[in-house]
Amino acid sequence: MAAYHGFDYLLVDSQLSDEEKLVRQTTRQWVEDRVIPVIKDCYNEGRFPSELIPEMGEMGFLGANLEGYGAAGMTNVEYGLIMQELERGDSGLRSFASVQGALVMYPIFTFGSDEQKNKYLPKLATGELIGCFGLTEPGFGSNPGGMTTTAVRDGDSWVLNGEKTWITNGTVSHVAVVWARTSEGIRGFLVEKGTPGYRTSDIHGKLSMRASVTSSLSFSDCRIPDSMRLPGAAGLKAALSCLSQARYGIGWGVLGPAMECIEVARQYSIERKQFDNRPIASHQLVQEKLAWMATEITKGQLLALHCGRLKDQGRLDFAHISMLKRNNVAIALECARLARDLLGANGIVDDYPVMRHLCNLETVKTYEGTDHIHALVIGERLTGVAAYK
Amino acid sequence: MKILVALKQVPARDLPVEADAARAWIDESSLSHEMNEPDAYALEAALQLKESSGGEVVAVSAGQARVQSALREALAKGADRAIHIQVEGEAARGTDPSITAKLLEAAVREEQPQLVLTGLQSDDTGSGQTGVILAARLGWPHATLVVAIEPGPDSVRVKRELEAGWFQHVTLPLPAVLTIQSGISRLRYATLMGIKRAKTKEIRLMEPPADAVGGGLRLTGLAEPRRQRQTQFLEGSPAEQAAQLVEKLRFEARVL
Repeated sequence: MAAYHGFDYLLVDSQLSDEEKLVRQTTRQWVEDRVIPVIKDCYNEGRFPSELIPEMGEMGFLGANLEGYGAAGMTNVEYGLIMQELERGDSGLRSFASVQGALVMYPIFTFGSDEQKNKYLPKLATGELIGCFGLTEPGFGSNPGGMTTTAVRDGDSWVLNGEKTWITNGTVSHVAVVWARTSEGIRGFLVEKGTPGYRTSDIHGKLSMRASVTSSLSFSDCRIPDSMRLPGAAGLKAALSCLSQARYGIGWGVLGPAMECIEVARQYSIERKQFDNRPIASHQLVQEKLAWMATEITKGQLLALHCGRLKDQGRLDFAHISMLKRNNVAIALECARLARDLLGANGIVDDYPVMRHLCNLETVKTYEGTDHIHALVIGERLTGVAAYK
Repeated sequence: MKILVALKQVPARDLPVEADAARAWIDESSLSHEMNEPDAYALEAALQLKESSGGEVVAVSAGQARVQSALREALAKGADRAIHIQVEGEAARGTDPSITAKLLEAAVREEQPQLVLTGLQSDDTGSGQTGVILAARLGWPHATLVVAIEPGPDSVRVKRELEAGWFQHVTLPLPAVLTIQSGISRLRYATLMGIKRAKTKEIRLMEPPADAVGGGLRLTGLAEPRRQRQTQFLEGSPAEQAAQLVEKLRFEARVL
């Protein structure tokens, strides 16, 4: 296969600065050198390439848009481009970076005490420490406000009880950001691995996101000091603000697999000959699919870039991010499905990245706010009426 | 040691290159550009020398505005400063090594480095002359095809790659010009922290010397190579056929 150069139909690159292009180039090169050679086997074996974590830290991929504490201090557009290239490697890799950066480092950075920031952020940035984010529960996915995990104050400590599930990196994490109901409302806590009463286990049998660790967390009279509460995090809003960060990264990230899928399908359609030795690209039905993919990816690129510029100006809010996440995941998934279709039987084998991306994107459509929930967020913004219930 | 690294920016590899409408130069509108690979190894060698024995690495490139992105990459990887020699038109294409060498000479005379490193050739025009002509103009010693550098107090000992697996060790007094072979080490990545730091590093703009541009080689036209398909059948026993094949690969195709 020819070297991967991304996909840029509408000269969207002309809107990027030299630095932004350099950030993308260095991330793309790293993914090409370090991820592409191993990711197929990792996916097949159901293994996250944890040997790459120190390098991800060295490159600056972890918490890349945070300032200080060893983080790279990238702009949000640069951060988005990093997510795009990591996810072109695999959604599991991007998920790792999203969780570490947006769901663990961001809440500690935003809601944590100085002591918590100094203790955790530098080591999370290098990948020496791994974190996870416990919000979803077995009975509460799209409706996290219904959570039943509790934290009860007892003198200078808190006692946690409950279950969290679908937690990326759960079993490999040194520290978990856990959201629990208290008498004063929902609060965020840091729970370290090894704390008595805190147990983790992996979810097996996944046919998607196989190169990613997915776990359940359980808290049974798990006692932690008040110094492990995130002092600035009050209410479900705090948890949701973390998700906004992660969803922003997803909105960019999924363009990576979409761009790789159209490139694979485009090249395949030129090389694959059928009926009188003519390339399948000569058929109108094939061209229509490629045209659809090219158009939707281009719109997705413009949407992501516009959201990135707004975020850098401090003007991007959660309802904007809902549009970005919902649209870009949906079109990326459809691009993977169309690419799979154009590759015929070859589309289902792991010689090509298409089926792996397709399976991964089924997860990405669901996690971090389902497609449906994001439609309702947009609907509420438009009408003022919340239709969640 | 103060080291100056001369970099060229070239069209990205693997992209289809086409002649422009006038067939006077390649169509650059649909191309992206990157740092010439042998120059990336020259930069890597300079950064390693700086790490082992201290000093300063200054990256320099002659060309139009876009070469600043290659300089920015060098700064992100660890170069301390950069110089952009601003040229336009034909001189900016880097097709005439004597002009490029004249432009670089001006920067070398200003900076007075002890060592100038550059790639042994460029991935686009591939003349392999720039470093050598630069050394001649400066009156400095030079070594080509360098694969290893050992710095001394007033000299450098280098290992040169010769033909057929042979190497040569040469010691050169400083200052000197070395042209670096590709693939001699593992290239470092520009880390995100490096890219961020590079935002605050200086790219100094330099006017080309008045006599540097013009003259020299004139490019009269471009033509795409004619596609020729030739099928030859080798005769004889398998061993004879293999011997003939090796000879053809070595002397006709020149790939061995």
